[in-house]
Amino acid sequence: MFADWPLLSLVVWLPIIGGAAVLLSGDKGGSEGARRLALIISVATFVLSLGLYTNFDSSTPVMQFQERFEWIGDFSIFYHLGVDGLSMPLIVLTTFTTIIVVLAGWEVIQKRASQYLAAFLIMEGLMVGVFSALDSMLFYVFWEAMLIPMFIIIGVWGGPNRVYATIKFFIYTFFGSVFMLVAMIYMYYQSGSFAILDMHAMKLDMTEQTLIFFAFLAAFAVKVPMWPVHTWLPDAHVEAPTGGSVILAAVMLKIGGYGFIRFTLPITPDASASLDWLIIGLSLIAVVYIGFVALVQSDMKKLVAYSSIAHMGFVTLGLFVVFRIWGNPANGDITGAALAVEGAMVQMISHGFISGAMFLMIGVLYDRMHSREIADYGGVVNTMPVFAAFAVFFAMSNAGLPGTSGFVGEFMVILAAFKASFWIAFLAATTLILGAAYTLWMVKRVFYGEIKNDNVKALQDLNQRELFIMSILAVAVLALGLYPAPLVDVMHASVDNLLHHIAQSKLP
Amino acid sequence: MMTLEMLNLSIAMPEMFLLALACTVLVVDVYLKDSQRNVTYMLSQLGLIITLILISQQTPQNNEWTRELAFNGLFVNDLLATVLKYAVVLLVAIVFVYSRRYLQDRNIFKGEFYVLGLFGLLGMMVMISANHFLSMYLGLELLSLSLYAMVAFDRENPNAAEAAMKYFVLGAIASGMLLYGMSMVYGMTGSLNIVEVAVALDQMEGDNIVLIFGLVFMVIGISFKLGAVPFHMWIPDVYHGSPTTVTSYIATAPKVAGFAMVIRLLAESMGSFQADWQGMMIILAVLSMAVGNVIAIAQTNLKRLLAYSTISHVGFIMLGLLAGNQEGYSAAMFYTLTYTLMSLGGFGIIILLTRKGFEADNINDLKGLNQRSPWFAFIMLIVVFSMAGVPPTVGFWAKLAVLKAVVNIDMLWLALVAVFFSIIGIFYYLRIIKLMYFDDAEDKSEINCTRDMQIALSANGLSVLMLGLYPAALMSICIAAFS
Repeated sequence: MFADWPLLSLVVWLPIIGGAAVLLSGDKGGSEGARRLALIISVATFVLSLGLYTNFDSSTPVMQFQERFEWIGDFSIFYHLGVDGLSMPLIVLTTFTTIIVVLAGWEVIQKRASQYLAAFLIMEGLMVGVFSALDSMLFYVFWEAMLIPMFIIIGVWGGPNRVYATIKFFIYTFFGSVFMLVAMIYMYYQSGSFAILDMHAMKLDMTEQTLIFFAFLAAFAVKVPMWPVHTWLPDAHVEAPTGGSVILAAVMLKIGGYGFIRFTLPITPDASASLDWLIIGLSLIAVVYIGFVALVQSDMKKLVAYSSIAHMGFVTLGLFVVFRIWGNPANGDITGAALAVEGAMVQMISHGFISGAMFLMIGVLYDRMHSREIADYGGVVNTMPVFAAFAVFFAMSNAGLPGTSGFVGEFMVILAAFKASFWIAFLAATTLILGAAYTLWMVKRVFYGEIKNDNVKALQDLNQRELFIMSILAVAVLALGLYPAPLVDVMHASVDNLLHHIAQSKLP
Repeated sequence: MMTLEMLNLSIAMPEMFLLALACTVLVVDVYLKDSQRNVTYMLSQLGLIITLILISQQTPQNNEWTRELAFNGLFVNDLLATVLKYAVVLLVAIVFVYSRRYLQDRNIFKGEFYVLGLFGLLGMMVMISANHFLSMYLGLELLSLSLYAMVAFDRENPNAAEAAMKYFVLGAIASGMLLYGMSMVYGMTGSLNIVEVAVALDQMEGDNIVLIFGLVFMVIGISFKLGAVPFHMWIPDVYHGSPTTVTSYIATAPKVAGFAMVIRLLAESMGSFQADWQGMMIILAVLSMAVGNVIAIAQTNLKRLLAYSTISHVGFIMLGLLAGNQEGYSAAMFYTLTYTLMSLGGFGIIILLTRKGFEADNINDLKGLNQRSPWFAFIMLIVVFSMAGVPPTVGFWAKLAVLKAVVNIDMLWLALVAVFFSIIGIFYYLRIIKLMYFDDAEDKSEINCTRDMQIALSANGLSVLMLGLYPAALMSICIAAFS
């Protein structure tokens, strides 16, 4: 039914215009109207984005649902949207997560709720824009504009140290992206166009590629975030309201990974091949070292934030280990490499669900006890049995239990890494132990044992709204874990195309 | 034999009307009682609207722009001049809208403000259309003298008197430098006409030390007027000391005229010395971006903060100018026009927050603006992010255009320096947002302002956003102005 609609533009602009409407509806006389309106808009956007999935032709890697209009003719900048198998799943993840966020803030956010919801809706539109932009300037506009609502969300509705956290967040990401902007302008003069696909076809010598590689790395490494530029993330997560943490972990980090796929790999394949050791090294540090850091956290949100960094290490590892797989004379075909990239993609989607669920769980506890310290809890299972069941389930999937989505992506990446080098795979596989250690140890301390204090004793179990949110997330995690085929099939053609593209040297 | 036709007066219609208007306002105001000052205001605004209509009459048939000369080559009209004149008249008209209540509250709602404002505007328009060193100087002095008087206009205020004194002394030195430089150029080329000077310079061979000296003095004079580091010292003091309405006047339209001055004096007449003034401008631009952005961080006075922010933006405008080609000039023009719009919005918000006996120029006065007025907090949010160059506001496109021009002349390093300083700059802009949105209001009083100001300020802020969403039209006008 959506066949002739400008579906992508609708998914981008409906939440933005809807957000403005929510903003105008205001908070005078209760925010109930604003909440309902926001929910309707987010559900409608999700339904529209499902149209992208159902009408998607997964047999071809070409960009689909394309829309192209001249925007700034003198600079040859176009309003050019389109999706392939790599961006479409991330768009659906974005629209899905936004519904969760709108629901999660239903009762908790009482202060200026219309502004809160509007910020999330506007951000949703902008994030979809990032995933669907095919013009690098359009991409950049969405990419930067996204910072404004997030800055406000953390700064207004965040915790006590929110100002420090949000300014750090903004400056870190802004720092990364301006160098990307200069690189894009440079590439404009090399390729004669701001179109991303034209940039993919452009020849660049090694020096140019290396410089552009580092400019992109500055932008995407901060966003992912990779060690050592990850320090903004724990701060931002701890101070952000639950909804902000969920969006940050579930979608915003993915934009960094997506940037590597859309820009770094296809535009600078030779530089990526020669600098793959750098990214692989940083990814392994993220997996192992950050895993240990997570182990010693006493704050639940910080723990999950560090665990996010470690899990995102798998994404960057999967993307760059392909060069090692080709370098290994034992294989030399593309299928092994495809496993790595698909693993990275699955890991991104799965981490979106799981980290979102983890932050929601902490939010559920925080709303009741106003503490994120692990030491303040203990024996929660006695008072909140249903919640504890969900918590254990999500913790298991965060640790990568087979049967949950957390397992699929990590397993694919580790499997592919074995073809590159035993040691890379070995170090990556430590996550199965470390992840289990920090997650399950947290669960043990928070949920099991004797009831720690009177506050825990007074806890109420999940209400219907929370139960509903947890259930749909649990279904998503389980479905993706047991039957990942619908997701992998969609991206297969695009991944193959990407790998064929980066297998060819772009040196002139 | 001189005839009236040779003067080609018709193309200077807007200026002549404005002169008549200023004189009329001056005379009419004398016969008005204090309670009837609104007549002066209305008359000035009506006159500005007619001036705008007269400027629009200058559009040639079927849009074929040529350089039309008048007054024996003293005065030129082209697309560049027309666009810039539209901008200055509009900016001054909006400043007048913003200033009415402010002046009334301080018992300085006097006709002189409007008369001086109109004479200053006339000076700017003469500068914009100058095709001769003398007419440029004439316009510049008419503007400067009006500004000195406007700064000191609030007689009771010692800060204003101090600012006016500084401004006058430094401004006079700068004018002297400029004139000295012009005289050297005159000595070597034998002409003061911009086109003739350009022709004479083109034919000159080898290094000419006198000309280089003349160029240096002219660049210094221009830098003083624009406020580029190291000739920026007057800007913070004058912005701070002047009544806020005067600050909003100084911070907007004269920048456009200053841009025209650079184009007419450096690009059009000294074009063949581009390599020489490019080197000087690189230094000025880098220093302006560095000093402006770094010192702004330490400011607690909002007007001083915006003053240092202006200095850093002047650095960016110079980046475009030093590219020395059509792309660079049009980028600098786009930057100037959009920056003045943001600056106007920023000072508009400060004026909005003032009350009788309260200046609202400390950055803490912005605290909790989102609680007091979500709408105007949003307008300020747009303006501030635009100054920081964050999309989707127009400030981003202005920065992009300039960076693009700099990259295209193979000065990638300069583009990197520029973005580096804009990262530093983002900090103090974020601090303004933080105060408005994250902090609780200390001063919970109602914001009372007139309806016309509300509309003008909202339109001002929204235009910054709208131009950010659709910059193409303004961009192509700026490009056409230099083709």
